[in-house]
Amino acid sequence: MKHIIATIGAAALAMTLVLPGANAQEEAAGAAQEGTVHYPLKHPVEQEWSFAGPFGKYDKAQLQRGLKVYTEVCAACHSLNRVAFRDLADLGYSEEQVKAFAANYEVQDGPNADGEMFTRAGLPTDYFPSPYENPEQAKVANGGAVPPDFSLIAKARGVERGFPRFVFDVFTQYAEGGPDYIYSLLTGYGEEPPANVTVPEGTHYNPHFAAGVSLAMAQPLYGEDVTYDDGTPATIEQEAHDVAAFQMWAAEPHLTERKEMGFRVMVFLVLFSVFLYLAKKQVWSRIEH
Amino acid sequence: MSTHEAHGTYTPTTGIGKWIDARMPLPRMMYDSFVAYPVPRNLNYAYTFGGILSLMLVSQIITGVVLAMHYVASTGMAFTSVESIMRDVNHGWLLRYMHSNGASFFFVAVYLHMFRGMYYGSYKAPRELLWILGCIIYLLMMATGFMGYVLPWGQMSFWGATVITGFFTAFPLVGEWVQQLLLGGYAVGDPTLNRFFSLHYLLPFMIAGVVVLHVWALHVTGQTNPTGIEVKSKTDTVAFTPYATIKDAFAMMVFFAVFAYFIFYLPNFLGHPDNYIEADPLVTPAHIVPEWYFLPFYAMLRAITFNVGPIDSKLGGVLVMFGSIALLFVMPWLDTSKVRSAVYRPWYKLFFWIFVADAIFLGWLGSKPAEGLYTSLAQIATLYYFAFFLIILPVLGLIETPRRLPNSITEAVLARSKKSGAQQVGSGAAASPEVRG
Repeated sequence: MKHIIATIGAAALAMTLVLPGANAQEEAAGAAQEGTVHYPLKHPVEQEWSFAGPFGKYDKAQLQRGLKVYTEVCAACHSLNRVAFRDLADLGYSEEQVKAFAANYEVQDGPNADGEMFTRAGLPTDYFPSPYENPEQAKVANGGAVPPDFSLIAKARGVERGFPRFVFDVFTQYAEGGPDYIYSLLTGYGEEPPANVTVPEGTHYNPHFAAGVSLAMAQPLYGEDVTYDDGTPATIEQEAHDVAAFQMWAAEPHLTERKEMGFRVMVFLVLFSVFLYLAKKQVWSRIEH
Repeated sequence: MSTHEAHGTYTPTTGIGKWIDARMPLPRMMYDSFVAYPVPRNLNYAYTFGGILSLMLVSQIITGVVLAMHYVASTGMAFTSVESIMRDVNHGWLLRYMHSNGASFFFVAVYLHMFRGMYYGSYKAPRELLWILGCIIYLLMMATGFMGYVLPWGQMSFWGATVITGFFTAFPLVGEWVQQLLLGGYAVGDPTLNRFFSLHYLLPFMIAGVVVLHVWALHVTGQTNPTGIEVKSKTDTVAFTPYATIKDAFAMMVFFAVFAYFIFYLPNFLGHPDNYIEADPLVTPAHIVPEWYFLPFYAMLRAITFNVGPIDSKLGGVLVMFGSIALLFVMPWLDTSKVRSAVYRPWYKLFFWIFVADAIFLGWLGSKPAEGLYTSLAQIATLYYFAFFLIILPVLGLIETPRRLPNSITEAVLARSKKSGAQQVGSGAAASPEVRG
């Protein structure tokens, strides 16, 4: 099998095709994985989320706080390509507020009638602009690692749960592996690496990182990085929690709608099953079987 | 009473009914197949998965056709178009989660259906062709599922496609040619995505065609039943409608409730997080794993880590993987026992349940990295898989002493209901295999 992957891997590398928007390249700085060491060194810490469970829904105040953390801290390096300003209406903002928010951004448009590209203020129909022109620029600015896009990251990260936990997860409806991972990573900096771990130069030790001992991103949150409009104390835990919830919303904007519909569907299917069972019992009572 | 014609009781009453019946008797065929058709009276819930599977096929085709209206099969647009389905298409998230989880539940149902066939000896004469047609459907399902998984163009889509098409290079002489034909080039790219999309749309209709043959063959031989004894008299059977219809409908709703639970509450539980990262030919995922329903075969492929004579480990692994499926096709001739049902075969029953556990264990191993103890365990489990077909099935039929068979289905039913006294309901479930994936 290893041979197959090696051959194919080499063939694929030979391809010079670089996909546009292949921005999710992991900052796998400590990629020198050796032997059977499994990452992350520490499992994610499970958190309480308003959107967990059968009746879970997004907490709009929390999403607004998460948006603030994203725009004031993360957005310096991380794009949010698949989210449009109009989507922010989901966070409880009015049409005017969304318009004003969008207008804070400059976006490129064109070409105009003279064939020139021009910049204008953002409109609700525009998407969040990327902090970098292209992945190459992002790479150069970040020590060789492209900061991943945030649109889907809450669903694109998840530490394997292992047997038997994945069986219990079916019954507990555990589906928050992504946000738990993000929270743990953001609050997981600052520990001294153990003596037997060598941290590659220019990278930062974090036992919660899924692809190695350390990553290219330095600790992004320390607490008091933003001032929340609703007066919530901006501890590092609060900020990490809020931005992880915001990322979950960005990745799965219809989650609340999905769970609400799910409840109605489940009630229908269970009731219909009961009626069908009673009908079946009635029909089969005519005969021994 | 074994063919369509033999149990025709359809009498059209209206003028237009008679007119159609004299020219193209489709209503008669439907009536004879799904109303008057006699089924054994002792069928348990293990026999409801055929109906569930046909419903799943319809559900997959309907959601798939609508998804195809919004999907763009190009390497630059595929991932984005799927995301626009998830975000901007009305109820697109529902369609896509129904379709992706539908594939998984299609396989849940087909595995339970196949295990039921193995437990009650449904593959034995005169139902060999019925069984083989089922195996062809399963093979087509695997091809459809694999190609469908490539379409969202995530990291696992790309690397899964790369690894699986790479299997073919193991074959001498024609291998590379076959691989390039599948890929439309030397690596997974636009031509691959386009042909996979085309074939992913085509194959379900081929499945539907083979399903028609499968049901036709079923209606010629009649169904098996938990006793494995053929229907002998009219008292052994009940009419399809209302008996089987209402029981199937109840089972379908329960199955759909579980299906809906995953769609609405755990829609990504059966998927891999890496598939939410757009495909990148320059970044290989840490572990390339296929969808869960291929994991047992993946484990067997990787279990062959040694060369056997001129066959190197790579070709050996691929042969073992294809061989494990090929064995299903010849199962009717590998089993030498004249007794169909495991209910009357104490030793076969034991080995069957070990086989089920072995298949699930292989699935778990397939999700683990191929190293150390996992490889050794996979080799033992692979050995049992092959031994079950090639040694246990042929030998057991010759040396096993089956339990005494009842004279007829009716006798078996009456004997059991006498034993359980007034407690009639639920007795049918006593002999049903409890298989949980």
